[in-house]
Amino acid sequence: MTTTTEKPVFTRPQTLTDRPMAYCPGCGHGIVQTLMAGIIDELGIREKTVGVAPVGCAVETYNYFNIDMSEAAHGRVPAVATGIKRARPDLVVFGYQGDGDLASIGLAEIMHAANRGENYTTIFINNTVYGMTGGQMAPTTLAHQKTQTTPLGRDPETTGHPMRMSEIIATLDSPCLVARCAADTIPNIRKTRALLLKAFQYQLAGQGFSFIEILCTCPTHWHLSPKDSMDYIGRVLTPIFPCKTFRDRGAGHEG
Amino acid sequence: MSKRVLMNGNEAVAEGAIRGGCDCYFGYPITPQNELTAYMAMHMPRHGRVFVQAESEVAAINMVYGAAGAGVRAMTSSSSPGVSLKQEGLSYIAGAELPMVIVNVQRGGPGLGNIDPSQGDYFQAVKGGGHGDYRLIVLAPDSVQEMHDFTADAFDLADRYRNPVMILADGRLGQMMEPLILRTREPERVEKPWALTGARGREKNIIRSYFSVDGVLEKRNEALQTKYRRIADAETRVDPYLMDDAELMLVAYGTCARLAKAVARDCRAAGIRAGVLRPVSLWPYPTEALRSYLDRVKNILVVEMSAGQMVEDVRLAVEGAVPVHFHGRMGGGVPTTADIRAKADEITGRAR
Ligand SMILES: Cc1ncc(C[n+]2csc(CCOP(=O)(O)OP(=O)(O)O)c2C)c(N)n1
Repeated sequence: MTTTTEKPVFTRPQTLTDRPMAYCPGCGHGIVQTLMAGIIDELGIREKTVGVAPVGCAVETYNYFNIDMSEAAHGRVPAVATGIKRARPDLVVFGYQGDGDLASIGLAEIMHAANRGENYTTIFINNTVYGMTGGQMAPTTLAHQKTQTTPLGRDPETTGHPMRMSEIIATLDSPCLVARCAADTIPNIRKTRALLLKAFQYQLAGQGFSFIEILCTCPTHWHLSPKDSMDYIGRVLTPIFPCKTFRDRGAGHEG
Repeated sequence: MSKRVLMNGNEAVAEGAIRGGCDCYFGYPITPQNELTAYMAMHMPRHGRVFVQAESEVAAINMVYGAAGAGVRAMTSSSSPGVSLKQEGLSYIAGAELPMVIVNVQRGGPGLGNIDPSQGDYFQAVKGGGHGDYRLIVLAPDSVQEMHDFTADAFDLADRYRNPVMILADGRLGQMMEPLILRTREPERVEKPWALTGARGREKNIIRSYFSVDGVLEKRNEALQTKYRRIADAETRVDPYLMDDAELMLVAYGTCARLAKAVARDCRAAGIRAGVLRPVSLWPYPTEALRSYLDRVKNILVVEMSAGQMVEDVRLAVEGAVPVHFHGRMGGGVPTTADIRAKADEITGRAR
């Protein structure tokens, strides 16, 4: 009998339901959401956390999280999160958004929620494409990247260059934490977890708006295998989207 | 004794909202409703409540969606161009069955139009406005007192039916000053077990309008329609004026109803038996009430500050039984009592 000495090294977070995630094989959404669930468990805030799901591949995130959640219209997560948090400041609120949602149609809402220093946490999934609608160009699409709407590759002359949202958000004075990380290698996933944990802790301490950008795979629309997609993040994305902390007010800072 | 105060319509709405238990207000400046937002900016924080100037009407309506989803009483207000921007949000709010209040102090359109009074948003308000099969409860005040009272009532109505309620006013009602009695009745408070309050000791709650599984959305729609029928049965409001023996029925709401009432009195002094049927709820529309007068009424005159929008609902109600005439002005023009009277004379064969 070895059972008495076996120690579980991983248990399913309470914050996750049993529903299998409907994401494509190798998709980054599942990694990030599993991390978030673990953090919500760790902080013991499952019963007072409310999430806001975007329009995009993560629209049905509420099927996977065992917490109260709201949908939001495409791009409006920051406004919905603002409404919830202002109505009930005792709740812990996060907004979860893709790059089409946050950096294109919802650009005004994210900038102003950040600038007001709304005391909620933004998780920004940058996979450089519109996943749900079939892999069209996002504001974060790389120069010359092929997508459904840039079949010959994104032409910076006519469609611009990838928008670096963390850098843009960090131009504002209000946010307390702005950082970019990647959900690819084990060390990077650990760093991502640490940043997410910090963001929730800052919210609990009432420190205001935090913004965690996570570079995530989209094997389906990158037309790469899951393994090659992981490599692609380090090889191709991080030189353009550097993983670093752009703002960290530090714990103990008020407002 | 209740206190009489002097306020303009916009301020009366704002104070009505506060007394109606509004917890959160989200707005964006636009004339002719700015006094409302300004009043909320000053008074909501004094009551320990939330005021946020949003970055746009789109953001404001989605903040309302968030706050309403969290179970508090939430409101936004705007004027026509801004209300157009809120239509997507209203569709989501209706789909997710969130109670909230929206005020439209209508101005001239289309486009940027002007800041003068109008009733050009009737179709948008009562026929949907946003996408999908949904209804707002739409109330049309015609005085500063009603601007106040209806707004306070709207929060109770919204909560009772988990449905958005619109106060459809116009620039004249917003800007004019009248004495009014401030409401002292306590708001009705209902339990909101569906709200986002944290999943403590219960199953999680989800605020949503997306239902991708086969057949679920159709069922949701059927449930919505059942609710709308229930609202129509219980909440249709109408204000008949001098209608008992009327042969000429003027039909008008809001500012135009005040004018129509003056014309009806004037007509009676000249021997024309005129009355006014004022729809107070524009949705649900008082179709049955309107029909109930058709055995005596010989002519109907609809007066609007539009090219003729509500007149379509009158025609639907009347089904050709009685001639339906129309007098309207657009683009900020307000009908004069003289013009309405001339039309009444023409219809009744009294043209001078
Ligand atoms: C107003 C509106 N416009 C367009 C759409 C269609 N739409 C659904 S998801 C989506 C893009 C989502 O992409 P992104 O935010 O990058 O998230 P991902 O799917 O990649 O996770 C679009 C355009 C919509 N639902 N609503």
